[in-house]
Amino acid sequence: MTTLSTIAITILVISSITGTLAFLLSLANKTIANYGEKKLTINESKDFVVDGGETLLSSLVDQKVFIPSACGGKGSCGYCKVTVIEGGGQILPTELGYVSPAEQKQGVRLSCQLKIKEDMKIQIPEELFSVKQFDYRVEFINEVTPTIKHLRLTLPIGEEIQFKAGQYVQILAPKYKGNDEEVYRAYSLASSPLDKKAIELYIGLVKNGIATTFVHDYLKPGAKLTVVGPYGDFFYQDTNREMVLVAIGTGMAPIMSILKFMRDSGIQRKATFYFGARTREDLFEMETLEQLEKELPNFKLITCLSRPTEQCQWTGEKGRVTDLLEKFLDDGANKEAYLCGSPVMIDSVIPILMSKGIPESQILYDKFE
Amino acid sequence: MIEINPLVIFFASIFTNNMILSNFLGMCSFIAVSNEIKTSLSLGQAVTFVLACTTVLNYFIYHYILVPWGYEYLRFIVFIIVIAAFVQLVEMIIERYFETLYFSLGIFLPLITVNCAILGVSLFMTIRDYNLFQSFAFGIGSGLGWTLAIVAMAGIRKKIRNAKLPKGLEGPGITLIITGIMALAFLGFSGIVQIQ
Repeated sequence: MTTLSTIAITILVISSITGTLAFLLSLANKTIANYGEKKLTINESKDFVVDGGETLLSSLVDQKVFIPSACGGKGSCGYCKVTVIEGGGQILPTELGYVSPAEQKQGVRLSCQLKIKEDMKIQIPEELFSVKQFDYRVEFINEVTPTIKHLRLTLPIGEEIQFKAGQYVQILAPKYKGNDEEVYRAYSLASSPLDKKAIELYIGLVKNGIATTFVHDYLKPGAKLTVVGPYGDFFYQDTNREMVLVAIGTGMAPIMSILKFMRDSGIQRKATFYFGARTREDLFEMETLEQLEKELPNFKLITCLSRPTEQCQWTGEKGRVTDLLEKFLDDGANKEAYLCGSPVMIDSVIPILMSKGIPESQILYDKFE
Repeated sequence: MIEINPLVIFFASIFTNNMILSNFLGMCSFIAVSNEIKTSLSLGQAVTFVLACTTVLNYFIYHYILVPWGYEYLRFIVFIIVIAAFVQLVEMIIERYFETLYFSLGIFLPLITVNCAILGVSLFMTIRDYNLFQSFAFGIGSGLGWTLAIVAMAGIRKKIRNAKLPKGLEGPGITLIITGIMALAFLGFSGIVQIQ
């Protein structure tokens, strides 16, 4: 027998064995792992018929209900939590790391791990029904600092997005050279919610970040970008309290959205924005903020730098936003705070605000992780 | 060659020819999962079950498909495919029909696909020319031997959990050293029976 025919026969044998086994497995998948059609009830109000055996997350996506998820169903981000009232079965070992004992008592589950095996009743926040998937086109990408890009995305004619100032969306970073998985990553919206045709985002470069590297190095104007949203319980509250806005770095984006919303709807609440950065270069989009300061009569912007260098020629405040708050915020009575940025910043700002008299229920925050 | 009693093979594969302690096969999950006795025992059970089944399955495939057609040289790849497919199938069945078992074994099953002890047993079976009963005894015995080793290791690791170790030896480092010492201890059994 020649070498060539040996190789051919080997390939044939292996493929036929593999093929047979694959056939058997898919047969098993159709019969053993087929749980039939099941009824999925959401919030006691909406009924769906779904295929049993699928995960809850993918069934919900099939029904156009988008639960936040950053890892794409691998069970490694812990965002896709839903409350299962009935039909969830026992909690799985793969969920335990993300669902606290208190949450377990309430029936909170990771929807990407949980398979639908019987009729199920679940509870999700009502806002998630307005979450949709959009195919945006990139209008422009500008560099505002060497590490932050400003994106404007527009929707096809006839489509609109409804969101509240302060909420976020998830963008889908596709596969590219050096990245072989699709991932969703969350970014806050920086544009006014009254502009329903387009959204703006500020995306900072994270070293080795899959989505940020995609946006910074591969995404070009004119390209398509899949966006799912809006998400988040951090948004503008319709009250008359004085507003205390605090942000560092790209945490400024949702604050900008709130300010633009106030400008566009003619809201003249008293508001002070404490904006912190490392160097002068990191205080991005200052022209827009200064413009807003002119347009909103009761809005005041206070900035500080934690590490001003010689080139900054900085004459303003030095230190961190916590120092600013200690210095400029006198009385917290009848005030409402919006914090946005790193978890460390937020965790150190909340006690200061509370000591100034702002009740915890009036402190809203969005932690960028 | 003298026909060895399957019972002898069964005990030999637990003590004198232990998969971990004399062949050092199946080390990855051995080191990764030997943190707690309970989980080690669950994984051990799953390994034993899969070993017993795949050894027999591979026996038939080897002797009734590969040997008659002269494809013995394909056994490595064929055995791996069969093991992977079998584990998949078992996972589906357990998930559907044995809910409680799924919660104790379910998450360990995918791990087993890549456990080299499973492939090792199938290959030893062909190298040593075992017959069906010998293979079955060898499969179960190796599984139990593997379970014994991992549970023992989990017990030892529990004892030394609060011990002061040099930084570089924590975790896998000390586990490998302990495995070596255990292997030396098990060497004492060798010579009682000879199965290869």
